[in-house]
This record gives sequence, structure tokens and C-alpha cells, in this order.
Amino acid sequence: MSLTLIVLLPFIGAVLPAIMIRAGRNACATATGSVTLLALILLMAKAPAVIAGEVFQVSYNWLPELGLNVTFFLDGLGLLFATLILGIGLLIIIYARFYLSKNDPMGRFYVFLLLFQGAMVGIVLSDNILLLLVFWELTSLSSFLLIGYWKHLPEGRQGARMALAVTGAGGLAMIAGMLILGDIVGSYNLTDILQHADLIQASPMYVPALILILLGCFTKSAQFPFHFWLPHAMAAPTPVSAYLHSATMVKAGIFLMARMWPVLSGTPEWFYIVATAGLVTMVLGAWIAIFKHDLKGLLAYSTVSHLGLVTMLFGFGTPMAAVAGVFHIINHATFKAALFMTAGIVDHETGTRDIRRFGGLLNLMPIAGTIGIISAASMAGIIPFNGFLSKEMMLEEAWHTVWFDQAWLVPTLATIGAIFSVAYSFRFIFHVWLGKPRDENLPHHPHDPPFGMWAPPAFLTVLVVLIGLFPGTIAGPLVAATSGAVIGGELPEYYLALWHGLTPALGMSAIALVLGAVLLMGHAGLLSKTANLSRPDAKAMFDCAMVKLVALSRLISDNLHNGSLQRYLAIMVMAAVAIGVSGFYAQPDYLSGSRELLDVSPPAAIAWLLLVVTCIASVFMHHNRLLTLLLVGVIGLIVSLGFIYLSAPDLALTQISVEVVTVILMLLALNILPKETPKESMPGRKLRDVIVSVAAGLGVGGAIWAIMTRDLPNSISAYHLANSKIEGGGTNVVNVILVDFRGFDTFGEIIVLGIAALSIFALIETVTQGEAAKRLANWVVSNRRSADRHPMMMVVATRVMLPLSLMVGVYIFLRGHNEPGGGFIAGLVVSVALVMQYMASGFGWTQNRMKVNYHGMIGLGVIAAAITGVSAWVAGLPFLTSGFVHVHLPIVGEFELASAMGFDLGVFLTVVGAVMLALAKLSQVERMAEHVDVNVDPMDHDPSVSVATPEKEA
Amino acid sequence: MEFLVASSIGLLIACGTYLLLRGRTFPVVIGLALISYAVNVFLFAMGRLTINMPPILRDGVTEYTDPLPQALVLTAIVISFGMTALIVVLSIRAYLEIGNDHVDGRPVGAPSEAGDKN
Repeated sequence: MSLTLIVLLPFIGAVLPAIMIRAGRNACATATGSVTLLALILLMAKAPAVIAGEVFQVSYNWLPELGLNVTFFLDGLGLLFATLILGIGLLIIIYARFYLSKNDPMGRFYVFLLLFQGAMVGIVLSDNILLLLVFWELTSLSSFLLIGYWKHLPEGRQGARMALAVTGAGGLAMIAGMLILGDIVGSYNLTDILQHADLIQASPMYVPALILILLGCFTKSAQFPFHFWLPHAMAAPTPVSAYLHSATMVKAGIFLMARMWPVLSGTPEWFYIVATAGLVTMVLGAWIAIFKHDLKGLLAYSTVSHLGLVTMLFGFGTPMAAVAGVFHIINHATFKAALFMTAGIVDHETGTRDIRRFGGLLNLMPIAGTIGIISAASMAGIIPFNGFLSKEMMLEEAWHTVWFDQAWLVPTLATIGAIFSVAYSFRFIFHVWLGKPRDENLPHHPHDPPFGMWAPPAFLTVLVVLIGLFPGTIAGPLVAATSGAVIGGELPEYYLALWHGLTPALGMSAIALVLGAVLLMGHAGLLSKTANLSRPDAKAMFDCAMVKLVALSRLISDNLHNGSLQRYLAIMVMAAVAIGVSGFYAQPDYLSGSRELLDVSPPAAIAWLLLVVTCIASVFMHHNRLLTLLLVGVIGLIVSLGFIYLSAPDLALTQISVEVVTVILMLLALNILPKETPKESMPGRKLRDVIVSVAAGLGVGGAIWAIMTRDLPNSISAYHLANSKIEGGGTNVVNVILVDFRGFDTFGEIIVLGIAALSIFALIETVTQGEAAKRLANWVVSNRRSADRHPMMMVVATRVMLPLSLMVGVYIFLRGHNEPGGGFIAGLVVSVALVMQYMASGFGWTQNRMKVNYHGMIGLGVIAAAITGVSAWVAGLPFLTSGFVHVHLPIVGEFELASAMGFDLGVFLTVVGAVMLALAKLSQVERMAEHVDVNVDPMDHDPSVSVATPEKEA
Repeated sequence: MEFLVASSIGLLIACGTYLLLRGRTFPVVIGLALISYAVNVFLFAMGRLTINMPPILRDGVTEYTDPLPQALVLTAIVISFGMTALIVVLSIRAYLEIGNDHVDGRPVGAPSEAGDKN
């Protein structure tokens, strides 16, 4: 449990700095530090057991079907990395408190930092490689935020983007590699995978998986040729650089190589790819570092070089080299974090990072200087600091390594790398801290920083010295536990000590020291000689590649996604047709079944003929929109008749009442929209569309023909028929299904209807702004108007009919449970009755008498349905369980009063509200376009009033 | 009878698809309406065709048509009204915003475009 907590604490704690910043910067830093400290304490509580060889494990199911579970485990390797991440993280938090200026939003910084920390801890403790991938991507994202923290600086933004692009791309490759690995083993659990080295290395997919995983590791750990992003990430605030590039982000790739070492290493592929990449990176990074004038730039390339060193050691594939790699991870983390923090102090105190302007700073800032010099000496590999120890081990391993039958190559190049390393480390010491001041006019007068800023690097420097002097005591157990976890077997015999006797490695070290010092002496000359050499500019190449990639993706997406609805619809229809055709083609006997068919009656034949004629006519005459609308109305009527004929009275009632409101709606729309469709389709396009449409029609027609000529297999309908009366208390099975058996569906559907109506409301409410409002204001009414908009006959007739039609609505509603009817149909019928009033007497007059809020009605309907459903809970039954009682009323007769009726009432209210809201809103646009005031009189010519009233529109 | 229904559905789909692929909003709305009819009838016909067997329980009657597709289609009809209303309003709004009723939202030589530049 506490293992999970170690991972979760930084994530949970990430809300703290955002809140605590209101209480001040100290409170914010303290809160952040406490979170990390707590996690570190939890970890340390487990450390003794882990070092003794125990492995902690914890597992929760997340998506077991995918093999993705939340499983964590803590062994030596995880312990080392988690300690580095949390321990150095804690130091960085203290340091950042003093480093960040008052203008920097500190709360945000700590939030990002904790998120990143959590992601890193997640990587090193994950037991499931899919979970590991999730955390891996999280580090890419959170490091993007950290590197781009100073978002006002273009370098910061560009550096962050480059880091994200490179590490993100590598992460994608790694996902593929990990999936292959999981596929080979049949499990995504690391502990399982680590047991199956033989299986993995024998698999033909070993090399692809290896390359893909290494792509992820190399991009993350800035190995050649992906090293270029790391120096650009130096635009981040120094605490970020110190954290990301000493102990965490870039070590993630190293960690994964170490984690996968037992199963992936030991093959020639592994050796040649990993060792070579590491070797090249080590030498190249060190060489470039010599010439960097930016203090952080120098450290950045030195980091690249040291990462190369560790990568190379893991690449050698021998247990002894792995031990050396593990040891160097610890050493590098300590001295490099201290160095970055020192560089930050120099930057902070002098206002510049240009090495050419420094010199003699030790006198001005003795504490920072001491820290810097000791750490840099360790980086150079000088006795008696910890860097010396691991570098000796590295040289020793290099001495024994044969590369393509060339025994001299690796030792020579390793020595050259060491020479360069000495040179840039000495440069850091001599050009910055010692010698004479070279620039008297530094932006600030330097002096030692506050305690909180030098204490963290000082602590690390103490470690540098202590590990150097007493390696076996201080670091020995951790190195042993970690190496044991990496190697996954017996540890080789080794002995951490300063003195191993006169070994070849000692000789190489001595050569490196002397030649490195010589190289630095000739630095000025070297600088002028190399100044004119053209060297590849990684950033320009990267930017150029990015521009081309963006152009390519834009080309593809613009062509596929050009914004043309016509094209999308055509593609969709064609795709559907293609899928259907392939289905028919695969099973040609699909077409006709052997079910007994119904006879054709003469009325049915006539209706069919009418439908065919109107359908075809609606296509041929679609340019005349009013006529098309009329034809569609006819089609709707025929469909309603068809429903009646084919034993579906409820559907017929619904269809016919929907038909009425739809036609009214479209008529309202046509008042605004053009009345004609221009003839603009090219003949080729028409032909294409005809072919596509005919194919679609044949496909759908054929499919339903195939269905209808076969018998219905077992369906659940029999259950509904049998239980409608007994459990639902109604004889109209369709209605009982709607409000009872499938009530939850209906509940969702009335919500959808309500949302549609509210969207219409939103679309029309905002029509009073922008272009639309201008067009409406300048609207020219083009149609001829009826002189008598509200004829008396119609006004009087609708008023007489209103109570009647409302009564019909109530009747249909009440009887719906037993006879055709119900909430949907009643709602539509009532809507039609109300709309008739609006049409006959005009909007204004009716609205003044219709004091109903349609929004409220929709909401009320949904709530009524919900309450009905919830009330079942009171009786301890599931949502929407219905109950019913028989009621006998005089005149009306006996009927069931089911709780489903409350639900149906909700349906009724929602339908009325939605229909009326849609129509009312649409008519509002019309009134805006026509520039007429709403009428308050029901009739334009009221015979009961004197004739003197002037006509409104003459 | 089955043939009549199947051919009607096919015809409605064909006409609806053709109108759906036109370049102006109103034919697209009409096309969608035709397709809605076809889809509703299609779903309904999944329960097979029967005559004079409405799913209203009566004493002594044992044979009823399949009520389930009817219940599904009933809500579908009402929802398709909601959908039609929404796209009608969308097309009106688009027409008012860009001055023409082309579905791609581009001013394709629409006469109202020239007038708006004044």
C-alpha cells in the first residue's frame, strides 16, 4: 500500500503548491517539500529490506482484459532511482525557493515539478510495461511544461517543443517495442518478462522490438544522433535543468536500458547498437562541451557525454560493466546536480553565464566556488572524488572490450573521451573560479548566495567526497542491490576502492589528466582554429525537418479534409455501399429467403405507386423547394398509412402528427431560405451521385428484402407480449415498452429531444449579433404577402377547435397505456393544436395568452420522468420500476393508474416544450426579417371593430 | 407486399442519398427526411410484416405483431423531428452568417454575396 502511496503522493500533492502559494512563497515551498519528504521517508522505510534482497510488490486490477494493471514493485534498481528522484527533488525544491524571482509564478513551478516527479517515480516503480509507458509519456508532457516554464522566452518555448517532439516520437516507438515484447512473452508484467530472456532473444521479433525500445531510450537519454534536444532544453530555469538532466528525465532512458538489461543485452545487436551509440555520444558530447561558452551549455554537453558513458557500459553487456554503469549513475547524479546548481548560483549572482567573462570568482564567492571546484574535479575523474572511481571502472571495462576485432579502438576512444572530459572540467574550474577576473563589469557584483541556495549543492558535494573516500561503506550496499537487480543473477567479484594497483585504467586516467590539461592550455588557439569550421546546426536541421513534416501533414489533411460536406457525405455513403457490397459478394445466397409472403392488396399497390411517383418527382423537381416540401408531405402520409395497414397504429399516429409539425417547420424555414435551388451540379457529378444513390438504394432495399423473406429467429418480443399486462399494467404493448420495459431508453431520448430544442434556442438567440444580425436588419421581403394574414374564418374556427383538440390530446394521453396513444403522440397532438392558434391569430396575440415557459416545460418533463424513476428507489426497487393500481371513474370507466403514467407525463411535457420552443424560435427569426411588430389583435380585419382601422401593410 | 415495402425503402434511400449529395442546404434537409422515413420503415420491417395484428392485447387473441421494433421506431420518429428541426435552424443560421446556403460554407458565386459587400 505504501508503495502505491510513494507514486501517488507527488500527484496528489501537486494541488498543494497551487493552493499554498496564496499563503506565500515559503509556505508554498514548504508544502511541496513536505510532499516529497514524506514520499522519501516512506521509501527509506523500505530501503533496508530492499538492500537485504527483498522485493516489494503491490497490484490492483485496472483493465485486466488488456493486460494493463496497476502493479508496482520495488527492487534495488527501483530503489536507487526513486531515491535519486525524490532525494535530489527535495534539494531542488529548496534551491528553487531561493532561485526563482518574485516575478516567477512559483506555485505553477512546483505543481509542474511534482507532476514530473510523480511520473518519474511511476516509471521506476512500475511492474507493468503498459503502466510504465503511461508514466513515460507523462514525463514527456510534464517536462515540456517545465522546460517551457519561462514561456515569455522564445528559446524556452522552442526548447520545450523540441524536447517534446523528440522524446515524444521516441516514446511512440517505444510503445510499439513494448507491445511486441509483451506479445512475445504473453504478459505485460515486467517481472514475467524478465524471466524470459531466452524466449525473447530467440524470437524473430527480437531485433525490431530492440530497435524500437532503444529508440525510446536514446531519445530520452539524448544519445547520438538524438542528443541535440538536451542543450536546447537549457533555456529552462536552472532548477529544472539540474533536476531533469542530472537525476531524472534523461536517466529514464538509462533506467529502462538497465531494467531491460537481463532480457535484451548479451547479443551482438545489443552490443553494437548500444555500445557504439554510447561511445560516439561520449566522445562527441565531450568534444563539443570544450567549446561552449555558456556555462549551462558546457554542462549540458557534458551530461550528454556522461550519459553516453553509462549507455556504453550497459552496451558492453558484461555484469562487471553493468556494475560500473550503476555506480556511475549515482556519481553522475551527485556531482552533476551540484554543478548545475552552482551554475545557477553564478548566473543568479553575476547576471551572466558567459564563461569568457568570468575568472577569479572563487575569491568573491568562496562557498559556491568550493562546491563548484570539487564537483568539477569529480566530473574530471580526479582522485579522491567519486567520479574517479566509476571512471576507472569504465576504463578498465573499455580496456577489455573488442569492437569488430579491433582491440585498440574502444580503449583509445574511451581515453580520448576522458581527455576531453578533463579538458572541459578544468575549463569550468580554471576559467570560472581561478585566475584573474576577466570582466570587471559583470551585471551584478557577485557574492555568495543565501544559505538555502548553496546548502543543496553543498550537501551533494559532501556526498561526492564521502563516496570517493569510503565507497564501500557509503554506496556499496546500494550499488550491490541495484546491480543485483540489473543483472538479475550472481554479482561479479568487484571491489569499490580508490586504489586498485597499477592497472591499465590508471595509466589511461593519467594520460587523460595530462593531455586534458594540455588541451585546455591550447584552448584559445584551438578555439580560433575551429571557429571557421562549418558544423551542422542541429536546431536548423530540426526546424527544417519540422517545417517539411508540417507541410506534408497539411497536404494530406487538406486533401482528405477540405471542409466540403458534399465530399465527406459522398465518401461516407460510398464506404457504406462498399462494405455492403462486399458482404453480399461474400454470401451471394443472402438475397432471398423462403418465408411465406403477404399478398398485395389493391390499396397497397396504389399507395406504393403514389410513393414511387412522389419520390421520383421530389428528386426531379427539387429545385422548386415549395413543391418538394409538398411532395415530402405526401410521402409522409403514405408512410403513416403504411404503418396503419401493417398493424402499427401507434406509429401511424406519431408519424402523422410529426408530419404536420415538420411541414410547418420547413415552411417557416423556407420563408428565410431561398425558394429555389440553383442548378449548378455538373453532369459528371450528377452521374456519380446517381450511381452512388442507386447503389445505396439497391443495397438497403436488398438487405431488408433478405430480412423480410426470412423468419424471425428467437427474439425478446415474446417476453414483452407475455408480461405487458401482468407487470406493466397495460395492454398497449408498444406503450408499455416505451414507459416501462425500456423506460431508460425513453428517458435518454426525451433528454436528447430537450437538448436539441435548447440548441435551437441557442442558435437563434445569438442571431442578433454579427453578420447574421446585419443581414436580418437589411432584409428585403421578396414574397408577395397575403393581404389578410389572419383571416377571420380561420381565427374563429381554430378557437372553436382548441378545447376539442386539447381534449383529444388528454384522451390520447390517458388511454395510451391500453390503446394506441401515449405521451409522445399526445404531446404532438397538443403541439399541433397550439401551433394552429399561433398560425391563425398571429404570434403576438397568442403569446400574450400563452403564458407558458417552454424551457421550463422541457425541464419539468425531464424532471417528472426522473422523479417517477427515482420513486421506485423508495420502495427499494431498481430505477424506473413501475407499479400500478386499477381505478374506476364514472363515465370514463375503469383504467389502470400506473406509475408509468407519471413517466409518460414527463415525455408529454418534454415533447410539447421541445416542439413549441423550436417553432417559436424559428418564427422569431421571421419576425426579425420582416420588420413587422408583433400583432396584438387576433385578426387583421376584425368585423366587430369599426372599419376605420388602417391596414398595416399596404 | 414485402417487395413493395423493400422497394419503397430502397427508393427512399436512393432519392434521399441523391438529395443528400446536393450542394445546398435545403435539398440536404429533404434528403435526410427521406432517409429518415426509409430508416424508420426499415427498423419497423425488422419485426416482419403482419396485417391486422396490432400489439394491443385483447382477450382471446394470441397472435400479435412484434411490438419491439414499433417502440424503437416511435421514439426514432420523434427524435428525427428534433434532428430535422436542428439542422433546419443550423442551415438558417449558416445562411444568415455567410449569405448563401451552400453546404460547404463557402461563398460560391452566391448572388447575395455581391450585395453584402456594400
